[in-house]
Amino acid sequence: MAGASSSVKSSRPLGKATRDAFGRALESLGESYGSLVVVDADVGNSTRTEWFGLKYPDRFFNVGIAESNQVGVAAGLAAAGHISLVSSFAAFIICNAYDQLRMSVAYPKLNVKVVGSHAGISIGEDGASQMGIEDVGLACSLPGFVVVVPADEASARAATAAMMAHQGPVYLRVGRPDVPKVYSDETIKFELGKANTLQEGTDLTIIANGLMVGPALDAAEALATEGISVRVLDMHTVKPIDRDALKAAAEETGAIVVAEEHLAHGGLGSVVAMNVAEIKPVPIRYVNLGDQFGESGSPEALIEAYGLTAANVASAARAVLAAKKA
Amino acid sequence: MSVPIDQLHAIAKELRKDILRMTTEAGSGHPSSSMSAVEVVTALYFGGFLNFDAKNPKDPNRDRFILSKGHAAPVLYAALAHKGLFPHEELMTLRKLGSRLEGHPNMLRLGGIEASTGSLGQGLSMGVGYALAARLAKNGSQTYVMTGDGELGQGQIWEAAASAGKYGLDNLTCIVDRNGFQQTGSSFDVLNMDPIDGKFASFGWSTQVINGNDQQEVLDALNRARSNKGRPNCIVSLTKKGYGMLNLMAKLKDENFHGKPMPAKYLDEAIAEVEAGVA
Repeated sequence: MAGASSSVKSSRPLGKATRDAFGRALESLGESYGSLVVVDADVGNSTRTEWFGLKYPDRFFNVGIAESNQVGVAAGLAAAGHISLVSSFAAFIICNAYDQLRMSVAYPKLNVKVVGSHAGISIGEDGASQMGIEDVGLACSLPGFVVVVPADEASARAATAAMMAHQGPVYLRVGRPDVPKVYSDETIKFELGKANTLQEGTDLTIIANGLMVGPALDAAEALATEGISVRVLDMHTVKPIDRDALKAAAEETGAIVVAEEHLAHGGLGSVVAMNVAEIKPVPIRYVNLGDQFGESGSPEALIEAYGLTAANVASAARAVLAAKKA
Repeated sequence: MSVPIDQLHAIAKELRKDILRMTTEAGSGHPSSSMSAVEVVTALYFGGFLNFDAKNPKDPNRDRFILSKGHAAPVLYAALAHKGLFPHEELMTLRKLGSRLEGHPNMLRLGGIEASTGSLGQGLSMGVGYALAARLAKNGSQTYVMTGDGELGQGQIWEAAASAGKYGLDNLTCIVDRNGFQQTGSSFDVLNMDPIDGKFASFGWSTQVINGNDQQEVLDALNRARSNKGRPNCIVSLTKKGYGMLNLMAKLKDENFHGKPMPAKYLDEAIAEVEAGVA
């Protein structure tokens, strides 16, 4: 099934949406993980868990539009020995069922995989009510949760497999639109908690995840023409954050830009800042959604209007370089 | 099943005395909310219903009891101690730092706890999950969930009720401990959920309404639930909050006695009332 049209301007070739890659990966992992069960809240055809459900109907439970119960049922299945997966829109699975994620999953450390789809403003026309823009921050506030934001289809596949192999709760964030390819299946390396260095550089480091990884690479290319050497990290795992990569970035490049499709508060930028402040304080600038809701519009128009662009990442890079030299 | 009822009465008294002593020792807790539930917990653990072996508390084929009204943890701890899961004297560590017996049940700390509860409304959903898992495993495992009556104000309860009805989970029994009080007053006034049985019935459940402080009625209701096929079971258990020390509560002019231990100076009197039994 084709996803939405591309919303991210990039020189890279367009790949599938991360939700599609997740859905196919889940479907194929159903065979090797015989204890895997999926609990849906009647959005399986949007989140792509439907593909698993069609292949394994006995292990797929649609409990209706009721995320609190969805998470609780998944917790019970996990407590009985299953690997449970729940998925809905990021806004709903995280915000509607937050206390259930806290109390029935995180506190007892149950093996529940939580997949929030339709994250960010890039879903487009449906508008603010459907846009999960605080999900990463909230997921990071659940003790013991691993929080993952893959950049493209290959990394979403790899992240889905890594999530299943991990024992314990995981939040995986995926998106609706087709996104530019950053990796190929042949070359991708994906390890939870370990950033991928996509490009080496010495003047500053751009740390991105999700659909901002493509624009981060584009920005790095543009900056190279100005003689600026940029390191680019795909920080797909927000928790636990790769402190070694942050230490190297701070010590070796001395300036950091963080780019993400998330509110300023609580997302990757917050986590980077908290850790860098402790390890080695260096100037940091941010490209994110600030402190505001999204709205209706085409994905392309929204991405532009909210500044999630390579041009904005490059501007932030110039600004942080100036601060570094000041 | 062949446990003489006198023996169950004796166990119920022991559980009530444990509840009183451990909460007074802790200096906090919910003895009255625990005491209303004693006959149901006694029937489950000692009346032949719950297939639970204290020597093998993680047996995957065991039956499960989820105390969704987690603040009544003392009744569960008392039952598990009498089952031999841990030494009886450990009950006196309730709510102290490092104890396995936390203020609300923590399944990571103590085998025999099937759900970490305390945020009300969540236990029945976990019960649906356990019941679905038992159906997949075809192991005949039964799941029992006890909720409070005030707890029924939580919308998640009704999400869970609807989903249990959808799947026809006859291996799931929800017991509503309708003791008539919640934190600030009567649960008939704060948010009256009557008819509770009618609500569950409308979601496809088989329902019963019983006197939940009558040991024989509880046994009979659980027996009927066990033989019921095709639908989940709801037992509306009409009880008295603080059952066993009602005279003392009346003397202290507190018919709710919510969320507080019996002061040490009244403990002997409370124990004596439990020993004497309810006339």
